[in-house]
Amino acid sequence: MEQVKRYHSVRLDKTQCKGCTNCLKHCPTEAIRVRGGRAHIIDERCIDCGECIRICDYHAKVAVTDDLSAIRGFRHTIAIPAPSLYGQYKNLRSISQVLDALKCIGFEEVYEVARGADVVSRAIHEKLREPGLPKPLISSACPAVVRLIQVRFPDLLPHVVDVRQPMEVAAMIARQEFCRKHNCEPEDVGIFFITPCPAKMTAIRSPIGQEKSAVDGAISMMEIYGMLLPHIGKTVENPTPSISTSYGIGWASSSGEATAVCPENSLAVDGIHNIIRVLEEIENNRLNDLVFFEGNACMGGCVGGPLTFENNYVAKNTVRKLVDSGNKTHPVNDVPASLMTKYPLYNDLPIEPNSVMKLDDNLMVAMQKMERMNKILEDLPGYDCGSCGSPTCRTFAEDIVRGFANEMDCIHKLKDQLKVMAQQMVELAQTKRE
Amino acid sequence: MSFIHAEYPVASGDYTRAGEASADIKRRLKQLGVSSMVLRRVSVASYEVELNLVIHSLGGQLILDVDQDGVRLTSEDVGPGIPDISLAMREGWSTANEEARSLGFGAGMGLPNMKRNADDFEIESEIGKGTRISMRFALT
Repeated sequence: MEQVKRYHSVRLDKTQCKGCTNCLKHCPTEAIRVRGGRAHIIDERCIDCGECIRICDYHAKVAVTDDLSAIRGFRHTIAIPAPSLYGQYKNLRSISQVLDALKCIGFEEVYEVARGADVVSRAIHEKLREPGLPKPLISSACPAVVRLIQVRFPDLLPHVVDVRQPMEVAAMIARQEFCRKHNCEPEDVGIFFITPCPAKMTAIRSPIGQEKSAVDGAISMMEIYGMLLPHIGKTVENPTPSISTSYGIGWASSSGEATAVCPENSLAVDGIHNIIRVLEEIENNRLNDLVFFEGNACMGGCVGGPLTFENNYVAKNTVRKLVDSGNKTHPVNDVPASLMTKYPLYNDLPIEPNSVMKLDDNLMVAMQKMERMNKILEDLPGYDCGSCGSPTCRTFAEDIVRGFANEMDCIHKLKDQLKVMAQQMVELAQTKRE
Repeated sequence: MSFIHAEYPVASGDYTRAGEASADIKRRLKQLGVSSMVLRRVSVASYEVELNLVIHSLGGQLILDVDQDGVRLTSEDVGPGIPDISLAMREGWSTANEEARSLGFGAGMGLPNMKRNADDFEIESEIGKGTRISMRFALT
């Protein structure tokens, strides 16, 4: 089976990389190797969680997103801001201020992803009441988590909820409403997501569970933060009202989704390494009394995204205040029933496992490789120092078996080998003298 | 004929390491490309059997064998043995001690879950000698 080359948006800036081992150690899918003094990302393994962007002291890991100038390619443009954008502005008086600022910098229309989250909340809320679902159902909102499951927990894919992401739902509604109002063609409208993370960018370019994304591009919050700032709080003639409920806005932070869909029996976990531990528990059937599991790859949820500007705790607090002062009607009552059938809210493709961790397609060959790997591992020092360029001794053994490394790349093995050679030279010299 | 064989010693009452053997088994099976459906069943059964060793046995080992036909999990312990196997197999029946229960174990679903998830399930036990559980999972 041929591995399809995957698009992903986390990249390496070769000029900045020092070849240190910081990112190696933090990658949850062991997708980074240091070779020839520089980090390399194994594209097929990368889930775009952004851990390496956060950890790199040299800023050598970057996320590819669209430039604001990309909006010039469309006759009409709509910005769809993630609710985490609201958290970036500490002294925000109302959400309208952000929506109006987006219009000020060139977008013709704005539609809140938080409203998409309202619709998705209602869909999941209803779904959870269907009988016979695997427990717990796992949120599909964080694309990095879904990709993590594809790579490391393929057996949990049947647990992943098949409702589309709020960003997708928001884009579908925004496009249709805009076209009806302005009597224009759908392809004339460019819809841009204001993103807190590279994972969403990837979800637009190579969607999970659907053929094509309804979103045309993503602009990083980091890039747009400063541009919006001077326009926040400006008096405008017809302020754009916020149409989302507190529940939809709450999706910006960890546990926001869980609160909206299943407050009575759900678990919300943030941070990709914490999520891995809980997914292990789900695999062991230790959490089958739980109805819903929400995992956000970033600490604090989307407000902690690697492309956000504000400190995630401050942003979380700002979002909390907006939630407190917002519309408290639950999406089940706030989102009209007609909307639930008007748009395709469910995935039309199954989420497939990513078999990149597999040693070989042929089981017999895979077993032979594993045997060899274990033999190699027995001879390695077990320091997991990363000097060879692989994150651990075990992955190093795996890399050797896969043909990407050789044993003398281990400096400890090399040192031992040199010792033996030096000894042999001494012996050789002595023999000659005799 | 190639095959995978691994042995994992499991100590009685060692809750800090509980789950490590089954985690390693899962990792290996994923690398071998065992299908998701089979993986899920082995995951549940291996965790249950490992925890049973921790909770109930006086110590033992978990053994993984993989060949082209399937996965075999074997658990062997050195006692104390199960007095009434049919009772032990009953859902909800548990003899877990206070410590295990305080940690959330002892729901009496361990053996039934193993039997449910394995394609073949065998258990034999002798008081004072020990218990041996053997489970087989077909790969296709």
